Amino acid sequence: MPDLEDLYREIILDHYRNPRNRGELETPPATRAEGFNPLCGDEVIIYVQVAEGVIEDIKFGGQGCSISQASSSMMSAAVKGRTVEELQQFNHAFRSMMSIEPDPDDPAPTNGNSPDVKLGDLEALKGVVKFPVRIKCATLSWHTLTQAVEEAIADS
Amino acid sequence: MALDPGTIRDDFPIMCRQVHGRRLVYLDSAATSHKPRPVIDAITDYYERFNSNVHRGSYQLAVEATEALEEARRKVANFIGASRDSEIIFAKNATEAINLVARTWGRANLGPGDPVVITELEHHANIVPWHMLTAELGIELRWIPIRSDGHLDLTDLDRLLDGARLLSVAAVSNVLGTINPIRQLADAAHEAGALMMVDASQYTPHLPTDVTEMGADFVAFTGHKMCGPTGIGVLWAKSELLEEMPPFLGGGEMILNVTKEGFSTAAVPWKFEAGTPPIAEAVGLGAAVDYLSGLGMEQVREHEVALTGYALRTLNQRYGDDITIHGPTEPAERGGVLSFEYKGIHPHDVAQVLDRSAVCVRAGHHCAKPLMRVLGCAATSRASMYVYNDESDVDALADALADADVFFIE
Repeated sequence: MPDLEDLYREIILDHYRNPRNRGELETPPATRAEGFNPLCGDEVIIYVQVAEGVIEDIKFGGQGCSISQASSSMMSAAVKGRTVEELQQFNHAFRSMMSIEPDPDDPAPTNGNSPDVKLGDLEALKGVVKFPVRIKCATLSWHTLTQAVEEAIADS
Repeated sequence: MALDPGTIRDDFPIMCRQVHGRRLVYLDSAATSHKPRPVIDAITDYYERFNSNVHRGSYQLAVEATEALEEARRKVANFIGASRDSEIIFAKNATEAINLVARTWGRANLGPGDPVVITELEHHANIVPWHMLTAELGIELRWIPIRSDGHLDLTDLDRLLDGARLLSVAAVSNVLGTINPIRQLADAAHEAGALMMVDASQYTPHLPTDVTEMGADFVAFTGHKMCGPTGIGVLWAKSELLEEMPPFLGGGEMILNVTKEGFSTAAVPWKFEAGTPPIAEAVGLGAAVDYLSGLGMEQVREHEVALTGYALRTLNQRYGDDITIHGPTEPAERGGVLSFEYKGIHPHDVAQVLDRSAVCVRAGHHCAKPLMRVLGCAATSRASMYVYNDESDVDALADALADADVFFIE
């Protein structure tokens, strides 16, 4: 079997123990979305405040395993202050790292086909691919953020 | 004579396999049990010697296949104390059996505001079909609460049953292990004019089942948790109810006559078994009940009580306040299902670490999300035991649990 150390890297455990951006934002002006992993019962709640195409603030809540919590924390740190366009690039790069086929409904990155996105800390989640049942734990927060941002844009 | 899990393990070919180079420690029998050699052989034998479609063939093979299917029905009827073989309806699983009751008896007999009573510890299989009838017919769903010790809180039972049409309860909780007082509940339901349904999915594999003693009107269970194959479940119901219930699915096998204008139904039980039935699976289930009868269900239960007691003592002594095991503390009041929380580590992570030691447990909501909410957690780790488990499996679980500290406890 793959080493558990590949899954539980120190940086992941650090985000799990000391989550960044955990909390709530007032709605409105923020938008709230909930995501569920029906397999294991994990729940993630994303609050996002989008103004003029920029993710001004993001918080997350809910309950989940170390992978889903660390992924939420890392994601929030990565996208805070970024544009919605950059978020799409991150999302695309992250899904590709998770070996997930591009979703035809996903908006394609607008600055070319293979944007050179630096995932930073998020790279640590690469080991999750070796544990296929855990991929959904890592991607749940991304799905939920995408949903929240779409709702925020639709409402504005 | 007490069961000898060491000998029993030899009957289960999968127990020979290694996982990650280690002996398999299978503690997920509440999800599905393993299959003993006689069950696997019966299925193979069916395909090698009898395979053909049932009920309408006049040739020898079809006669034998039909006889094999009906023989399996007889065995199951005998195993659960049914007074007639025709009271055994083969379904896909317990979920389908419960849905069958909701879709046929429920639709024919329930209307807006009619109360159906269930409990907070039900599996989704005994919740969602009733939610669906709430949406479709406007029935009222009522919930018997649970106490903090994992038993049902029956304080308000009379009020909850007032005007009720059906009480539907799991005989054993798949999360807490709680054995519910089915006879008492059935008597109370009948006194209130309601029918009684029992979800026996976690009961029939582990305790001697007698549907008459239960006092039930409907009993549902599944084959794959009791050494049988997947794809076969059972609904037992009283003959007079089955006679009156409309059919479930329409198609071949379930008809007496079909014209351009309509159809008439076959006799019970075939009225409820549209299409080619799961013949090989029924034969496998027949072999499974033979196997369990050979062990003796009293002995199966004695073994479970002893091993559950050992597991509760071992885990509590070793981990004290670091472990919370949900459900009744007395082995005699519960099945061998141990849902636990360990040091606040998420169950998904606990199960992942245990897998490294080839210890198989389930992590999640166990298809009982309303119960999880009552327990105040989103998920638990669950170890569940069966006839092939012994103290060494419990020890392996206890040892492997400590490995989680390496990653998650600073």
